[in-house]
Amino acid sequence: MDPLSSLQIIGQILVQFTPVWIGIAIILALSVTFRSRLGLYGKLFDSPVGLVGLVLVLFWVLTAIFADQIVTFDALEQFSGMKNKKPGWPVRGQEGAYFLLGGDNLARDVFSRMVKGSQIVLAIAPAATIFAFMVGITLGLPAGLHGGRASDTMLTFLANLVLSFPVILLFFLLVTPEIRQTGVTLWLSGTLFLFPIIFFVILFYSRFNQQPIKLAGLLILTLVIGFWAYSGLAFNADPLGVFYMDPNLLNIFVSVVFVNAPTVFRIVRGLTIDIKTRDYVAAAQTRGERQWYIMLWEILPNARGPLIVDFCLRIGYTTILLGTLGFFGLGVSPESPDWGQTINEGRKLLAIYPHTALAPALALMSLVLGLNLLADGLREESLKD
Amino acid sequence: MFSFLLRRSGVMVLTAVCLTFIVFFLTNLDPNLEKLTKSEGNQRMTDAQVESWLDRNGYRQPLWKRYGEWLGVAPGWTREDENGTIKGRCVEPDVAPADTPSYCGILQGDWGYSLVFKENVGGIIQRKLALTGWLGLWVLIVMVPLSLLIGVLAGMREGSKTDRSLSTFSILTTSTPEYVSGVILIVVFASSLGGLKWFKGTAQSAMENITFWNFTLPVVALALYGMGYIARMTRASMAEVMTEQYIRTARLKGVSPRSVIMKHALRNALIAPFTVIMLQFPYLLTGVVIIETLFNYKGFGWTLVAAVGNNDIELMMAVSVVAVMVVLVSQLISDIGYAFLNPRIRVS
Repeated sequence: MDPLSSLQIIGQILVQFTPVWIGIAIILALSVTFRSRLGLYGKLFDSPVGLVGLVLVLFWVLTAIFADQIVTFDALEQFSGMKNKKPGWPVRGQEGAYFLLGGDNLARDVFSRMVKGSQIVLAIAPAATIFAFMVGITLGLPAGLHGGRASDTMLTFLANLVLSFPVILLFFLLVTPEIRQTGVTLWLSGTLFLFPIIFFVILFYSRFNQQPIKLAGLLILTLVIGFWAYSGLAFNADPLGVFYMDPNLLNIFVSVVFVNAPTVFRIVRGLTIDIKTRDYVAAAQTRGERQWYIMLWEILPNARGPLIVDFCLRIGYTTILLGTLGFFGLGVSPESPDWGQTINEGRKLLAIYPHTALAPALALMSLVLGLNLLADGLREESLKD
Repeated sequence: MFSFLLRRSGVMVLTAVCLTFIVFFLTNLDPNLEKLTKSEGNQRMTDAQVESWLDRNGYRQPLWKRYGEWLGVAPGWTREDENGTIKGRCVEPDVAPADTPSYCGILQGDWGYSLVFKENVGGIIQRKLALTGWLGLWVLIVMVPLSLLIGVLAGMREGSKTDRSLSTFSILTTSTPEYVSGVILIVVFASSLGGLKWFKGTAQSAMENITFWNFTLPVVALALYGMGYIARMTRASMAEVMTEQYIRTARLKGVSPRSVIMKHALRNALIAPFTVIMLQFPYLLTGVVIIETLFNYKGFGWTLVAAVGNNDIELMMAVSVVAVMVVLVSQLISDIGYAFLNPRIRVS
């Protein structure tokens, strides 16, 4: 069989992504139809920049969801005679099967690895960002509201301490297999993973403390689910075995949350200092509302605009961080197809076989670009009113 | 102003001590010490042998004491051997016991000995920093003027076509981390696939002799990532200044647009980017590590990777101290510079 021409390769790839195209079309059609009822998200369709960003992000999210339908081969399987082959090379012994983007140094399909890699990035980056936001919000709101007190000074000093730490050094020291034996990771994850539980408990308590039945129900639900997940994720001690995180993955996850949380803390603290002078906060204080109610139900909803924008930006930044980790061989596992690691493997033969590193590099870039454009569009639209 | 300087420097020293202690703690964790022992002795040592080696070499003292020794504020440990010779942290074979100093830490200028490079850490750091200094210098020369220019041009007229296209370019560069731009640049300009082969894909030869051909790609890859962020900040600052009353007054007076920009707007618009440029140094540091690894330029970033990869504890500590100091000093300069450049802050 002859290798495919460039046009044929592009055509084949477009066909492979069919589920993604259908998905994007459905989502966009539905969004445009109901845009007037969708608030900030609906307004996004007025901004061309934001729309391009949204489509790029949707593309990768749907790719991650439908990855098993899109891949042409197994991402880990090696095929004899396919080592470092050019894009569009026919697979030996299989009629009509091609390596669309060529083979890598271990004779695996670059295209399938790129598609599978999106699953890893899109599973870790948003989750880590959410955790960082929980930590940052839970600590930043009181620090901003009681600015100048000892606890605020202390927290700000700690946040600046972490922010002064060169990120790359922190990763090299924290994401090593040895550190797991010492319990530093466990200690960190044990602390950081507590914050979502604390956040939701305070959130429900401050709102419903006049409605004991509803409060009790919500608290029990939060505590049961929270500590169930907590035991599994932080200590790998889930009695039912549903929540589980690979120790190496836990290491990476905790480090990424740890690096991001202080920045979120600073943003939330700044926003709180700004918002606490508004009239509606004074009104709530006059009504005699409790501190936590004011923070979580008056200040936080009014700070959502900048926080949503930063959330998009931060997922992009986390994606870059994960890529950096993979690039230095500190990735999830040596075999895994995550993008940073694939770039790292490909870079050694870059001058001779550039295609192996180029595919994940462009994938990573387009995802981050999409998130940044989306954030830009959201910022523009949220400033309009 | 003086009390501000004093307080700011005090916080900086405190931060530096905390950070170096954290690094000291993390580099001296038990598994690292065990690896060190086995590479110094032999790989088949039993746990008891490892323990006794660590004990004999002062690694089993309390962590605070050892941190003090490393810093040079606590006297180094000494111990008399079975056959009467004195061993210790500060003892060297060819120095007489009477001349041996009791303190030897980084405050005395003793950075320790690298087990991988087999020479004093101080010398390695100096040489590697010089190499990275050249890289950083060229990056700044390319990055700062270009990003300021882009930012000012885009911010001059908000919403114009120039603004749209330049802003999109800035977003594109901030979305391209160094390891991606490096790979793309090498593929396009230095590989068989791109076919252009204009530049060299490695900067190894640049360590002796920097030329346009071997240094362009690493410098451009590093500058691109930082550029977008500075440009966006400059644009925001410029756009804000352009809406000020005094710009309108100048325009209505009939001052030429060129003069309005150069004399009235730029001076005020460039204060914020100064801070941003200084705060880019920590990110530049990460970029340097990536780019030096990718282009095989054996400078400071490459040394960091080598030290961590080989568990070279003393070198790791020295590299960390330099990295932490770069970050802290750039923060200090940005704070002081901002207060100095902006009279409104200085008064209050």
